[in-house]
Amino acid sequence: MNFLIDDAPALVVILPLIVSAIIAFIPSSRWPWIISMITLIGHLFISFELLSMVKKTGVILYEFGNWQPPWGIAFKIDGVNIGLQIIFSIFVLITTFYSRKIFLSEIHPDDTGKTYSLWLLAIGSLNGIILTNDIFNLFVFLEISALSSISLIALGAGMNRRALLAAFNYLIIGAIGATFYVIGVGFAYSMTGTLNMSDLVVQLSQYSSGQLAIFAGMSFMLIGLMVKSAVFPLHLWLPAAYSYAPSAVSTLFAALATKAILYFFVRLIYEVFRIYDHYLVIFLDYVLMPLSVTAIFVGTVIAIYQEDIKKLLAFSSIAQIGYITLAFSLNEQSGITAGFIHIFNHALIKGGLFMAIGYFAIVSQDRVTLSSISGYGQKYPITSFALLICGVSLIGIPLTNGFVSKLYLFQALYFNQMFITIALVAISSALAVIYFWKIIERLWFSTTTVKVAPEDPAIYIPLWIIAISIIVFGIFSAPIIELATMASSDLFGAISN
Amino acid sequence: MSNSSLIILGLLVPLIAALGSFVFQKNINLRDSFGVIGGIITFIISLIIFDGIKNFQEFSISLFPLIQGVEFTFRITPLGSIFSLVASSLWILASIYTIGYMRGAGEVNQTRFVIFYSIAIHAALAIAWSGNLLVLFIFYEILTFSTFPLVGHKQNAESQAAGRVYLSILVGTSLMLFLPAIFWIWFQTGTLDFKSGGILEGKFPTEYLSFLVALLVFGIGKAAIMPIHRWLPAAMVAPTPVSALLHAVAVVKAGVFSFLVVVVYIIGPEYLFESKASNWLIWLASFTILASSIIAISKDDLKARLAYSTISQLSYIILGAALATSFAIKGASFHIITHAIGKITLFFCAGAIYVTAHVKKISELNGLGYRTPLIFFAYTLGALSIIGVPPFVGSWSKFYLILGSLEADYLYVAIILGISSLLNIYYLLEPVFIGFRKKLTKDIHLTHAPLAVWPPVITGLGCFALFFFANYFIEIINGVLFI
Repeated sequence: MNFLIDDAPALVVILPLIVSAIIAFIPSSRWPWIISMITLIGHLFISFELLSMVKKTGVILYEFGNWQPPWGIAFKIDGVNIGLQIIFSIFVLITTFYSRKIFLSEIHPDDTGKTYSLWLLAIGSLNGIILTNDIFNLFVFLEISALSSISLIALGAGMNRRALLAAFNYLIIGAIGATFYVIGVGFAYSMTGTLNMSDLVVQLSQYSSGQLAIFAGMSFMLIGLMVKSAVFPLHLWLPAAYSYAPSAVSTLFAALATKAILYFFVRLIYEVFRIYDHYLVIFLDYVLMPLSVTAIFVGTVIAIYQEDIKKLLAFSSIAQIGYITLAFSLNEQSGITAGFIHIFNHALIKGGLFMAIGYFAIVSQDRVTLSSISGYGQKYPITSFALLICGVSLIGIPLTNGFVSKLYLFQALYFNQMFITIALVAISSALAVIYFWKIIERLWFSTTTVKVAPEDPAIYIPLWIIAISIIVFGIFSAPIIELATMASSDLFGAISN
Repeated sequence: MSNSSLIILGLLVPLIAALGSFVFQKNINLRDSFGVIGGIITFIISLIIFDGIKNFQEFSISLFPLIQGVEFTFRITPLGSIFSLVASSLWILASIYTIGYMRGAGEVNQTRFVIFYSIAIHAALAIAWSGNLLVLFIFYEILTFSTFPLVGHKQNAESQAAGRVYLSILVGTSLMLFLPAIFWIWFQTGTLDFKSGGILEGKFPTEYLSFLVALLVFGIGKAAIMPIHRWLPAAMVAPTPVSALLHAVAVVKAGVFSFLVVVVYIIGPEYLFESKASNWLIWLASFTILASSIIAISKDDLKARLAYSTISQLSYIILGAALATSFAIKGASFHIITHAIGKITLFFCAGAIYVTAHVKKISELNGLGYRTPLIFFAYTLGALSIIGVPPFVGSWSKFYLILGSLEADYLYVAIILGISSLLNIYYLLEPVFIGFRKKLTKDIHLTHAPLAVWPPVITGLGCFALFFFANYFIEIINGVLFI
């Protein structure tokens, strides 16, 4: 079993990809799920194996086929991404467990095998984004994840034909984003002759006085990634994609897809482009930060006016991505820590919310709107109560993990003397109460005559695992903070050395 | 029983009462008796704690760390022991009254009502006993959310709109202003624990202190200072037991209590006094006192009038905290007790009038005084106490506040307090005069609801009796500044 340990970094990506190719041909509607679950349990074990390896050695460089970088492709696992890897691994397992009942009711049973094939393909490629140390390899993973995501979104057409349009939009906009990115990669490659990130840092330093071509390349890459991670105002593909996709797919994407790309975005900024400090400051202070603050407001306000709850959550996600990019734009370690903390916490919160709403979608076999959930609080108390916990955390009430996020974000802003931004963030977090409360009001405080209906443990067990972890990580936040601090200090420590 | 387990027990009893009401919702007598029994038990616990605090015992328990330097701690301060005593003693009467009122008025969803009522009391007690500002904040929010179903109880368009106003103002201000203020204090000092003399002096930039005070006084929306007062009149759509216990005692007192705690144990009265950071607040509080009194005069709906009277009286307490002299703080602390018992009497009476005679408007009270003499008798006692006429307990706190304003060299404030008393006389006693002066204009069918009539009589007599037992409280109030 030695190869399992030696090749763990590769296996964690390749395992889902290989299994994905196999289960596409399984006609049964049960086996694909079972095989996926087993695969992802294995995936989780390998992730923990990686964690213990990183804790021992600090950094793992995995060279594919023993080709030395910068020529060969390499994966790099260090403090920055191991935390995300663990969270990713745990979360995909929970979501996959949850997905069975959703797919059973939202897609044709004959398509189950293909669905889980795409599902694993998306998981494998997103995992590749987290681990790769090669900017062109990243593009490949971006494309795989985009294609599998588009197909998964289009599967929502069984419920609502608009899913096709949403998928098409995502295809076009996502392709533009990817093209921008790959153009940037082209610039970087033509100037430096390397695609390996660690090597890129070395090569770029010879141009430290600055070269227009490199700035152009950087801009293309950053904007391409901003499209992919739905940073305002490049978010237009996201609301429709999240809301018309099958509910399990929305859950996976809302929790992880944009987060993985955001991680790479921040890594690229602080690890590679760091040497161009003057350019970076312009980008962070005059582009990313104002956009983040706008995103927080615009996302929140639009969410308030949504009637369709999945759309509401999608716009809320845009605001929440704004919080993350705001923290990342601070150009300072406490900000990066806050950003990573929120990446994790928001994944839990939004994942939980989409799970609960997804259940409402399959029981009502229709779009979940504010008016359609009247009285569901009494009808489906177990699901609704978990939704309440996730929502309270989204607002950032103490004893939930959302509060921890908020605390660290405020702290980072405070120590960077950004008092006006603090005020804006505080206002928008209070505005978030409005849209969340609309849901709660409908669930519990509208007059309907409903009886308690039996709920499905296959749905509420994963949901409650998330709801409970929201509270547990709200009170005992140390492990998350430790992982986030490890990430930010590795990212920053590498630079100062 | 050890002191720390006493705290836990005191906090659990209301929750157990809520659970009991839920489990036994089919048997309505059993369901409603949980509130009364819970009230009696928490009252006894509060009394033991009150006596313990008087004898300088320490009541504290730490459960788990929340953030760096801040634990989930309950630690009872003298101020907290006063507040919990008030809340729990009035809970007994209020739950008796609730039975009379809710059945008399034929309200629906009574089970949900009593459950959230008990949870609200739990939150109020936890606020009273919290050991640091973050714990206080947590239960402050729980109190808001648990009272929302009570405000929106009727589930019609009007109560839904009121519920939205209620929630958006209280949650909005707390998240936008109060929580950032707490963060700010924590960033500067690294702690949020309550200490005598405060924790800020020397660690906080004094030039920004008035800004912090503003964040706090507006962020603690439950204190209902203008312009953050709109939620309180809106909350009056709730059934009267809510207005009586929660919006005259638990919720609003939790607000002024929180502000008082911040001034006394976080900022430090001396530091605040010397920095003059709250001078502007003295004026704003004075303005609120007068302006809301004038609005109260214009209200014909008895509960709305009482609501504006409450806003005015709450600003007495904020005024006392803003003056930050020793007498003013004592007066403010004492006013928590005296106003609570006086105002709950008035609200009980307003509800009793509604249940027995189905009248809500003051102009329709004509001649009712002769038909329901007990209610009007109790109402008069409560009103006189709030006006501050000796020998009623309200006169003590007003006296202390006037002393405090003179001590701080604010003669105008003393004058404003005097004017406010005059206005009180007008708008609080007008219903009594109408009730006795004019003839009964229409034939009113009276409903018999003794459980709604006797609680105000008891609290009204309490206003009178406590005047002579003021010493019992003065002793602990003298120790408010030291924990």
